[in-house]
Amino acid sequence: MIEVDLAQSSVRELNQRLHRIGPGDNEHHWRVVSPNGAHAIAVGLTAPVHVEIRGHVGYYCAGMNALATVVVDGHAGTGLAENIMSGSVRVRGNAAQSAAASGRGGLVIIDGDASARCGISMKGVAIVVGGSVGHMSAFMGQAGTLVVCGGAGHDLGDSIYEADIFVAGEVASLGADCIEKEMTPADVDRVAALLGCAQIVEDAGRFRHYGSARRLYNFHIDHAAEY
Amino acid sequence: MTRPPLRHSAAFSPDVIAEIQRAADEGLYGIRGFGTLRPLPSFDDLVLLGASISRYPLEGYRERCATDVTLGTRFAKKPIELKIPITIAGMSFGALGANAKRALGRGASAAGISTTTGDGGMSEEERAESDILVYQVLPSRYGFDPAHLRACEAIEIVVGQGAKPGGGGMLLGQKITERVAQMRTLPAGIDQRSACRHPDWIGPDDLTIKIAELREATDWEKPIFVKIGSARPRYDVQLAVKAGADVVVLDGMQGGTAATQEVFIEHAGIPTLPALRQAVEALEELGMHRKVQLVISGGIRSGADLAKALAMGADAVSIGTAALVALGCNRRVHVEDYTALGTEPGACHHCHTGRCPVGITTQDPVLESRLDVAEGARRVRNFLTVLTIEAQTLARACGKSHLHNLEPEDLAALTVEAAAMAGVPLAGTDWIPGRNGY
Amino acid sequence: MCGIVGLFFKRGAATASLGPLLAGMLSQMRERGPDSTGFALYGDEAPPGAFKATLRAPNGEYDWAALEAGIATIFPVVCPARPYGSHAVFTIGADPEPIFAWLARHHPALGIFGFGERIEVFKDVGLPEAVAQRFDLEQRSGTHGLGHTRMATESAVTTEHSHPFSTGPDLCLVHNGSLSNHNRLRLSLRREGIRFVTDNDTEVAAGYLTWRLRQGMSLTEALEAALADLDGFYTFAVGTRDGFAILRDPIACKPAVLAETDDWVAMATEYRAIATLPGAATAEIWEPRPATVYSWHRQ
Repeated sequence: MIEVDLAQSSVRELNQRLHRIGPGDNEHHWRVVSPNGAHAIAVGLTAPVHVEIRGHVGYYCAGMNALATVVVDGHAGTGLAENIMSGSVRVRGNAAQSAAASGRGGLVIIDGDASARCGISMKGVAIVVGGSVGHMSAFMGQAGTLVVCGGAGHDLGDSIYEADIFVAGEVASLGADCIEKEMTPADVDRVAALLGCAQIVEDAGRFRHYGSARRLYNFHIDHAAEY
Repeated sequence: MTRPPLRHSAAFSPDVIAEIQRAADEGLYGIRGFGTLRPLPSFDDLVLLGASISRYPLEGYRERCATDVTLGTRFAKKPIELKIPITIAGMSFGALGANAKRALGRGASAAGISTTTGDGGMSEEERAESDILVYQVLPSRYGFDPAHLRACEAIEIVVGQGAKPGGGGMLLGQKITERVAQMRTLPAGIDQRSACRHPDWIGPDDLTIKIAELREATDWEKPIFVKIGSARPRYDVQLAVKAGADVVVLDGMQGGTAATQEVFIEHAGIPTLPALRQAVEALEELGMHRKVQLVISGGIRSGADLAKALAMGADAVSIGTAALVALGCNRRVHVEDYTALGTEPGACHHCHTGRCPVGITTQDPVLESRLDVAEGARRVRNFLTVLTIEAQTLARACGKSHLHNLEPEDLAALTVEAAAMAGVPLAGTDWIPGRNGY
Repeated sequence: MCGIVGLFFKRGAATASLGPLLAGMLSQMRERGPDSTGFALYGDEAPPGAFKATLRAPNGEYDWAALEAGIATIFPVVCPARPYGSHAVFTIGADPEPIFAWLARHHPALGIFGFGERIEVFKDVGLPEAVAQRFDLEQRSGTHGLGHTRMATESAVTTEHSHPFSTGPDLCLVHNGSLSNHNRLRLSLRREGIRFVTDNDTEVAAGYLTWRLRQGMSLTEALEAALADLDGFYTFAVGTRDGFAILRDPIACKPAVLAETDDWVAMATEYRAIATLPGAATAEIWEPRPATVYSWHRQ
């Protein structure tokens, strides 16, 4: 296990070392201390390493992650795991805005609350939130799954495409073209599986399913008000 | 009795009448391709002064007029070197078909310049053909892949484009084929709605942090461009510099598009001419002219435009529409297909339909096959060559051994508007409207 | 576009740690605000019947002693003036309006950056470390303070255009974002008697709050009215004589973080500014909700 203290070395040095990890390398376990809210920690990883960060991180932690497992033992700033391709990113505390923005694959877990725009523009990532999400979550969500154990703020799923949203708590309001959908047994299984991956204990049967009404898929005068 | 000549209203011209009637029929704004159709003050209103008794020209051939430019010298470990100060602008795979992307890449590489991806991600065809590829990061993030980020030569964060400053991308259902849909993670056949803001940052203060993230992800190797549609270039260029850009790409109002609301194309943004002047002033005020390179686009059509843009202070120009026209856009072939679209060669701006008669802005394999890649690449390469030698001709006539030595004092304006917008004296006078108190 | 910070001690008299802590927070915000730096401190109270004003001269060599002597011939100068180069804090035992009128007539080159019973406002072109040193921030004490680092978007990079803006007694405002209807609003506020010195959008927001407070609204009511009347993107931090408030616009794109311990409440655009504070590691940390006024008051 390699420990890196960001009070002694820079984020740039850390990221370069992580980027150089190759298939033959033995050092797969990293611990980062004293993050002190620094930005872009563990960004652009491409190897199946395990990175644990002790403390709060700034913006874009684990952005563009591929294959790696990143755990933040603290809170995360804007854009956690933005555009994640694969692998997993977990935040034990809360996440700020735009968590998992445009994420294309992999798993993002937020044990606490996520803020506004959680899963904005998501393109295939699976997001599991132990707490609640803020307004405009899953805005323009194109694909993937957002599972929220707590509640959701206003305009959930505004302008959503084919992403699926499951919320156990109260939804303040639904956004344009987002409607409640049937919760099928297959959906219950899907939610249960994701909760299992996230190791969050919650009854999958409590969740309600939200997604696109698909009325905005082709420009039409009758929906002008939605635009 | 002869009928008196018909009188048309200027305000309610036949064009305007037809548009109001269309709006009443369809209940939706008009959408089309191409840039502004109406006349605007432009480089046509400027002239280069040339040599005389006080200035001496260079001969051709042995008396060199160099054309090279380096983009991204500010921070990047590996800035990009272009043989001529021209780039091919970002145009999406989706808006364009694969053959067009191949031909542009091959032609650009033959000329030693770059191409740019677009609002759909990187296609294999473009990466294979283009030696220098600039990878765009757009509000939509369609197809955005960090592996592609690492595989490119430069990164371009798109804040906006000249055709629609403040608007997001658009691609209509008829062009969203299975492949395009798969690249963009959208259902096939739908009309794509796009975000106008980036999902994870807004404002130059947060752009600073985003640029730093992209540098971190690529180990600080690649130049980072910031592309802006020209609305308030004096502020925007300075903010891009403060946020850490290596290069600013500024797209004037005339800039093209494959599909945008008509009202956006014609009525938003300022023309390339004043945008360029303001951008250069903004850089000079910060002491960053030539240190942060400036690429100007929006209606660049000839070597004269290139020379004038460089004289005004640009480091390079970017071409979109002109490159497609070189490829074959609006060529007088398959005329019946133009007619079927309700237009004719020379007037076609119907890129949004996906029925491009020459196979450029289409996903239809039959239409696409009309664009021969090798022939298209040859034509693009020829056009780039002509742009260069035209600009060199004018630059040599002004006594310049490098295109970059062209300066504003080599220019005069033909109209008061152009003089004011370009900051260049009205020909035959010392007058620059707005300066020196009058 | 900018970085904003705020630190509010919940209890006790003015603390000597306010200055150095605020300086540390501002330093973390330098990259997102490289053009100018400003701060407002709420320190010692002016004696009864008197008020403090932070005056600003066109350069750092201004003869403050001569000005003090000049003022003293007409108005009671209750405490010695404290000069800091281009800025100086005066304490005068009279109403503000006649003094400002006198200054406008006799010393029109001087700016008034803040006035009230407790507020002192300092702002200048330059990075946080330089500005902090110029105005001795590390040596200053108080009960609460706000700070701002500026990346100028539309109006000029000058001292006057920097934040905080103060258009009313003990009131100051720092802003991260960009308003979109401030030009028309400035005209209507001018008609209501609010004075503006710059074309800056934040000054309009500060003027708007002053106007609402003059109408008798509480700070919370004024901020809620702002939600309807101001258009654009904003995170506001407002300082008052004994309090501190935060508001984000309904779309809430510009970031903001709040943190609270038993001793203090802090606000910053980025967490790393808060990370510098003692007790930050165990503080409660959350993001303020959009269109919601958060406020704290000292007893």
